[in-house]
Amino acid sequence: MNYEKKVNKLEGKLPERVKNRLIEKMEEEELKGQEADELIENTKKEYKRCRFEAGEAIGVIAAQSISEPATQMTMRTYHVAGSAQGVEITQGLPRLIEVVDARKTIKTPSMDVYLEEEYQNEEEARNVANEIRETKLVDIITEDRIDLLNLVVEFDIDKEALKGVNMDKEEAIGSLNKGRRKYEAELDGNVIKIVPKDDDVSVRDLQKIKNKVMDKHMKGIKGISQAVVTETQGMWTIQTLGTNLKKVLKVEGVNPKKTVSSDPREMEKVFGIEACRNTVLKEGHKTIKDQGLDVDIRHMMLVADTMTVDGELKAIGRYGIAGEKGSVLARASFEVTVRHLTDAAIEGEVDDLNSTVENVIINQTVPVGTGMYDVVYKPERSE
Amino acid sequence: MPHKINKIEFKILSPQQIKEMAVGEITDPTLYDKSGYPAENGVMDPRMGVIDPGMKCRTCGKSIGSCPGHFGYIDLSRPVVHVRYVKTVYKFLRATCQECHKPLGDDEEIEEMEDPLYELYLKKRKKCPHCDAEQDKVKRKRPHNFTLGGRQLNPREIREWFENISDETIKKFGINGGRPEWLILTLLPVPPVTMRPSITLQSSQRSEDDLTHKLVDLIRINQRLADNIEIGAPDFIIDDLWELLQYHVSTFFDNNLSSVPQARHRSGRALKTLAQRLKSKQGRFRGNLAGKRVDFSSRTVISPDPDISINDVGVPEQIAKEITIPEKVREDNLKELKSLVKNGPENHPGANYLKRPDGGKKKITEDNCEKISEELEVGFIVERHLQNGDVALFNRQPSLHRMSLMAHRVRIMPGKTFRLNLCVCDPYNADFDGDEMNLHVPQTAEARAEAEELMLVQENIRSPRFGGPIIGCTQDHISGLYLLTGDDVEFDRKTAQEIVTQAGDEDVVFESETVTGKEVFSKFIPDLTVVFDSESGDEKVIIENGELKQGRIDEAAVGSFAGKLTEKIERKHGTEVTKDFLDSISRLSLEYLNRRGFSMSISDLDITEESKDEITNMINDAEEDSHRLIQNFEEGDIDQIPGQTKKESLESHINRRLGQVQNSANDVVGNDLPQKSSAVNMAKSGARGGMVQLSQIAGVVGQQTLEGNRIHRGYKDRTLSLFERGELSPKAHGFVSSSFKSGLSPEEFYFLVMNGREGLMDTSLRTRKSGYMERRLVNALQDLKVETDGTVRDNRKTIIQFTPGEDGVDPAKSKEGDVPIEIE
Repeated sequence: MNYEKKVNKLEGKLPERVKNRLIEKMEEEELKGQEADELIENTKKEYKRCRFEAGEAIGVIAAQSISEPATQMTMRTYHVAGSAQGVEITQGLPRLIEVVDARKTIKTPSMDVYLEEEYQNEEEARNVANEIRETKLVDIITEDRIDLLNLVVEFDIDKEALKGVNMDKEEAIGSLNKGRRKYEAELDGNVIKIVPKDDDVSVRDLQKIKNKVMDKHMKGIKGISQAVVTETQGMWTIQTLGTNLKKVLKVEGVNPKKTVSSDPREMEKVFGIEACRNTVLKEGHKTIKDQGLDVDIRHMMLVADTMTVDGELKAIGRYGIAGEKGSVLARASFEVTVRHLTDAAIEGEVDDLNSTVENVIINQTVPVGTGMYDVVYKPERSE
Repeated sequence: MPHKINKIEFKILSPQQIKEMAVGEITDPTLYDKSGYPAENGVMDPRMGVIDPGMKCRTCGKSIGSCPGHFGYIDLSRPVVHVRYVKTVYKFLRATCQECHKPLGDDEEIEEMEDPLYELYLKKRKKCPHCDAEQDKVKRKRPHNFTLGGRQLNPREIREWFENISDETIKKFGINGGRPEWLILTLLPVPPVTMRPSITLQSSQRSEDDLTHKLVDLIRINQRLADNIEIGAPDFIIDDLWELLQYHVSTFFDNNLSSVPQARHRSGRALKTLAQRLKSKQGRFRGNLAGKRVDFSSRTVISPDPDISINDVGVPEQIAKEITIPEKVREDNLKELKSLVKNGPENHPGANYLKRPDGGKKKITEDNCEKISEELEVGFIVERHLQNGDVALFNRQPSLHRMSLMAHRVRIMPGKTFRLNLCVCDPYNADFDGDEMNLHVPQTAEARAEAEELMLVQENIRSPRFGGPIIGCTQDHISGLYLLTGDDVEFDRKTAQEIVTQAGDEDVVFESETVTGKEVFSKFIPDLTVVFDSESGDEKVIIENGELKQGRIDEAAVGSFAGKLTEKIERKHGTEVTKDFLDSISRLSLEYLNRRGFSMSISDLDITEESKDEITNMINDAEEDSHRLIQNFEEGDIDQIPGQTKKESLESHINRRLGQVQNSANDVVGNDLPQKSSAVNMAKSGARGGMVQLSQIAGVVGQQTLEGNRIHRGYKDRTLSLFERGELSPKAHGFVSSSFKSGLSPEEFYFLVMNGREGLMDTSLRTRKSGYMERRLVNALQDLKVETDGTVRDNRKTIIQFTPGEDGVDPAKSKEGDVPIEIE
């Protein structure tokens, strides 16, 4: 309606989100011309009032806003996604620390796999999930034994399990006979026989082979131990435990534009730094929100932006941002004090004393907030 | 204005500089001569500064406190490597040619390297690209020895080598702090005595600082080495002594080196040398520089006072007499200050010190106060006692967010505790079970102005974390308001008038003969219109033009962390009005509660026999179902959950079934409890406790968990010896079917306590982890600020965000993170 037109005239004066909410509100209240104008004016005023002031120590506030409620977080991991059938994912404080630390390997990486339009039903979703989930031989057998007489290893096939992952017996044998190996797999009715190529094998060798074969990758994508299909508001998605974004994106039916991993480093590798920034933001914020804590998303945004400004993901802490600060004194007051001082000396570093800790150390005004400006108070002179 | 430090340069001291800044060579290992005076040229040489009161410094003429101390130096008989730079020395040895001392790499190559010194060190070139000389293998022998082609390389040789490295080469390596040969020490600076003062014990025995001990050892060995060289002792003796000297110099810098035994005090305690002084939490940096001890502060236990404003803090008179504020004498305050001085230091509104414009400072005592009061003139500065209305900063640790330190107005009170209004308990996270808090008094006008404008409690009602009020009513306040604004509350005019007056508003006049509770409350709402959902989930709260039309006031309206009404008032009428609002409604609420009476008894949680039976039946059903599940599981028939083993699936099923019991028990209890009882009132209004707690008391306690699962630990295959091995029933794994009211059986109690202990462990672990995370986060983000151009930058001026938070909205000013869109 004309509300939209009106609001869109404000190009650049209001943020997009506020505009949309403004339109929503006007439609809801069915405002007439003047009333609408008034609301727009009011909102503009409110927006102006709400803006950040110069000198605000936004970093410290963000840091405190995130870590103050972190004290109330749980340390446990929980089941999520789907009612009882769930993927167990790290949550709470350990997860938050993991995100902020930009760990190389995270405890429970997972993916949200979105599906293409044509695959939006339970059956197709399950098929895709089966495609993705890594199936090992252990998953499709009921029993294993070693035939000492013939010196072969035998597995009883679990027919239902096999059907569950859309495989037949021949395919299973095919998968087993892929790649370099010390055995030949044969099918004997409902039994898989593993015949060692070497004639002279000991029982111990057979044990070894058995264990190796049981762990053999049969189908799906390596590293993805679980894939659970869930429906939310008519959307079918697959949540996984374990990630392999590169390969999953190529699977038919997967929507590569929406599918994401919960591992910022993987996102950085596959999609680049902006995607990585968004992952840090999303994961960090979600972790806090899932604990029922209310923290403004802008705080996490600042953390995510700080971690990624230089074009690569950097951890908060000694080996990341804090260790690469410009100021010698700031670094020395954080961790590994002596090393920073001696290194600074040999390199002939200069500390320009232009931020917080350095000035606290030398007892000078910190250049933040009111300290950014030199205003001198001169008490009125009495005559 | 005092001098401002613009920058600090970090450099390596050259031997020449060491000599220049020193007052002289230190050669004598004795500390004091026979008469007890510090020995000349000794480690405590009086030229190096004063540490005894009443003495004047021989070098600068200043006395203790103002003399900064002066360095001396020790001339080392043989050069030694600086331990902290062994690695750098090693890099230089491997990155430069043994013959021509040029870098082992050509210019173009070096140009491309990020850190040429390190990269060339890694390359281990066998041949010099400049002079084609063969390079022998340089090896490091921990901790501070080097070999060249298997031959020991002594520091003297290294020093000669380094002297031949050209300045140009050093520059190429990115070394700007000094010459590499300075890393091989020939002179050792002796730190001034002021940084290693000796302590006189009660027995008038002197106890020296660790550094002094170390220096004495060092000089002794140095002397012995010199003597041995002079008499031409055999090489192996000299080498041994040289090694010993190296050890002493090394541990003088750092007494915590790997592969170097620690230098110890006579008592066996490891000495605290230079590196140890700087390091870690108690070290110079974190202990004395980044965090300092301050004057004009105090600490005591806190206790509540519902009658003072949220802006106030009650300060005991005893503290007020100790903490002062300097006030300049002007004509308009001369009389007032005169009377303060006259009161002296012992009577409360008094003064402790007098400063003259010429710099003279006089202590005011009981004896001289009358006289000084007469002498008082314009221009003097009086350090007067803390008085009502002064501003003070109030803090409770752990200071997790900025609301942990807020400015309050001082109110002098009898007693010995700090008093604070209950509404500010939440931002401080304080309670009164023995908590202590700190009070700091700003001493300058600028500091006071900032404290009042930015840090005052009322200015911090809106939390920057989520943009809602963090200060609001708690506990009984909420119960009181909830009851007061109930539908059938009515007073006669007199009572209503009394309550309102008691709450602090004397101007209110009621016209009608009977006044409802809602009307009473409405008297305190400023003019505004707002509609929101209540916490209790009853009807919506409607406030029109400052009139409570419908609904009951509860947690959602005025609670801390929630407070929709508080939020609206703050936005519409400002912080001053909000403060008054909170002050008066909390008083109003307590006044009403006092008149009405409010208590709780066990009978508040009585439920009918039918309900009890219902819950018992539910528990029995669930237990039966669980048994069936277990039986099926044992027969191999189980509805397996993908990604879980059969056993895990069984656990999930049982857990879910038992969880249902708890939920339905909640409903039964919720419906059956007397709705008017205090306990239910508290739960519904959000004052304290919830339905879960009530149903645990009246209904069923429920499943206890460890690490998210049913309880499994204990003995082999069973939790307690009274169960069968391998028993999987709910009872055997922590399902508590009793209620708190009916009492728990011993095994149930045991499970409950297991759960409780886990909670305690979890909390203590969590505080540590999140504390460290906070430190790291703050450290990483502390330099970020919003610049005048609206961007967010760090101290290198790198832009982090072009617009803070993508839309420039400060959560601390927003309505729950959004720009409010409201029709007036």
